Amino acid sequence: MLEIREVSKSFGEKRALDKVSMTIADGTIYGLLGPNGAGKTTLIRIITGITMPDSGEALLDGKQVSLDMARRIGYLPEERGLYKKMRVGEQIQYFARLRGMSQQEAREETEWWLKRFEIETWKMKKIEELSKGMAQKVQFITTVIHRPQLLVLDEPFSGFDPVNALQIEEEIKRLNREGTTVILSTHDMESVETLCKEISLINQGRIVLQGNVEEIKNREKENLFEVTLLTAEGKKTEVLKKADGETNNEFLARISKEGEVTEFKEKLPSMNEIFIKTVS
Amino acid sequence: MSNIGLIIGHEYWTRVSKKSFIIITLLTPLLMIATMALPAWLMTRSDTEEKQIVVIDKSGMYGDLFVNDEVYTYIYSGGNIESERKNHSEVTGFLYISGDLTADSTAVTFYSDKQASAETVNHLRRTLNQRAEQQKIDASGIPELKEIMKSVKADISVRTVKFDESGKEQVTSAELAEIMGMLSAILIYMFILMYGSMVMQGVVQEKSNRIMEVMVASTRPFDLMTGKIIGVALVGLTQFFIWVVMLLISGSIIAVALGSHYGLNINPTDMMQAAESLQQNGMDTEILTAVLGYDFKKMLILFVLYFIGGYLLYSSLFAACGSAVDNETDTQQFTAPLTVFILFAMYAGIYATNHPDSQFTFWCSMIPFTSPVVMLVRLPFDVAWWEIVLSLAILVASFIGSTWVAAKIYRVGILMYGKKPSWKEIWKWVKYK
Repeated sequence: MLEIREVSKSFGEKRALDKVSMTIADGTIYGLLGPNGAGKTTLIRIITGITMPDSGEALLDGKQVSLDMARRIGYLPEERGLYKKMRVGEQIQYFARLRGMSQQEAREETEWWLKRFEIETWKMKKIEELSKGMAQKVQFITTVIHRPQLLVLDEPFSGFDPVNALQIEEEIKRLNREGTTVILSTHDMESVETLCKEISLINQGRIVLQGNVEEIKNREKENLFEVTLLTAEGKKTEVLKKADGETNNEFLARISKEGEVTEFKEKLPSMNEIFIKTVS
Repeated sequence: MSNIGLIIGHEYWTRVSKKSFIIITLLTPLLMIATMALPAWLMTRSDTEEKQIVVIDKSGMYGDLFVNDEVYTYIYSGGNIESERKNHSEVTGFLYISGDLTADSTAVTFYSDKQASAETVNHLRRTLNQRAEQQKIDASGIPELKEIMKSVKADISVRTVKFDESGKEQVTSAELAEIMGMLSAILIYMFILMYGSMVMQGVVQEKSNRIMEVMVASTRPFDLMTGKIIGVALVGLTQFFIWVVMLLISGSIIAVALGSHYGLNINPTDMMQAAESLQQNGMDTEILTAVLGYDFKKMLILFVLYFIGGYLLYSSLFAACGSAVDNETDTQQFTAPLTVFILFAMYAGIYATNHPDSQFTFWCSMIPFTSPVVMLVRLPFDVAWWEIVLSLAILVASFIGSTWVAAKIYRVGILMYGKKPSWKEIWKWVKYK
């Protein structure tokens, strides 16, 4: 379990994080949302032990996170980077070894991942010979090669074509099923909807929205319904608002005067809408 | 567990296995030899192209002087330049002697269509000089003048003999000491500058490649910095030892080749014998004895120690500079003071070759920023052991200090992108806890 307790961090005059708290249970996929410059990267750097908070603490299984935990955490930063002159195989093994794997283990894991992504032929290629998308794939492998318990992914899908993005998504899901806790920082609300159970929305260094995705949607709903009516002019679908204090039956009775209701569904706001509404 | 070992290995192998490293390591000594040998080789090659020179002797005194040889063919003529030019269009030039050269040494001119080569003019001048001198000697009326002049010529060379610790005399050469000191000083200066900036480039590249964030999430910044510094130092030492080995091999090859060339029996393992042989050839044995009396082993060990010390001091600061900026063009602002220190060390070293025992030189060989260069210059002039030990101790203490400060700057700097920090901000980084 990862616990963030009242973490604050300032850079000079600027307050990047202001008493941010969250609890991330083992085995979940947790969404970290927020506009650019909200403080997500700072929070991620505190979670990964790269920077220390001014006050508050980040605890992984009850212990203060530090660089000594590097081997339990896998971090994919938003700004990707690899040693351009190194070969793919060497590169992956180097990162595996930096995070505590033995030479033997590192070699075996590298082979396994290259095979899994069907890119064994890249092994001897230098990073600079790869396309951006190919390099991203290698970068993903370097992030998960040491089988971390906590995976922190900052915009993991950017730079991938739809096919590869789907493959990465499947891998994230698989790792999660096998017990890896995932923190997903992204602007891609669609992937938040499909992957995340819980989220925190940060704006200007503060948490402005937090909790279970379904609960948040229900909380943020605006009594909108998607209704399909069969009228004299034909079939039409529209979004209608239920009046305050009106029950569903009363609402249904009111709209059925216009025609026969063939479909009636409450319209929950998308994460995208919630994001825009909350942040702006 | 620390990752320093892994990082050293990575930094070392990625550099040593580069094609450019192998090529530069192998080619540099060859290039150096070539730049030294080429002018010498060119000097030995005289122009063998045949030259025709028309001699117009108005004085009538030098008619028999110029004798045809392999290169020069002379045509005597009594006409004037204009008419001779029409007659001889293919010749190299015209030597016009207008009067008695013992009376007027400027009474000779060489005309040509193309710029006359220095070699040709010198050859003519030498020939005329000899004749004019001989004429003057003859005119003096003293028959043995030539012998007298030879006997009054003085050629003095000062032998330098140093008393060693046991009071025994030891032949030395001040020139040799100077050369050896200067050579190692230049080498150490080059190495510190070269490998110091290599460390800095490495840091800047990791930053601009954006690999830094992944790295610092995997290992401590201190490990990353020291791993890189040590890795690059090993690259430098590897290069240095390859050069030493190449030098030794080519040295013995040259010795053997010279020996067979002069028909001498030079055995590289028995250099004293070689010295004797060379003496028969008219070479100054004393320099050779001095070379042999020179303590190369001590010099080599101290060179390596001072290189490591000076390198660690400077490269940690170079690493800090690299961490403060995003791209290589911005590094200048921060490296300028370092470059000034290194340059100052170089100038102090040049000064020290002429004043090895001055107060200024002594202090420069203690100050860690200059001691690696200056102490190496002083070494051949016999430095007391306590001075060497003290200067090395100061050097070690300072690089520990500089690494500590650099690590603090580095730790903050590597994750800073965008605006270039000011000196004030960097000082703040040092004070962060």
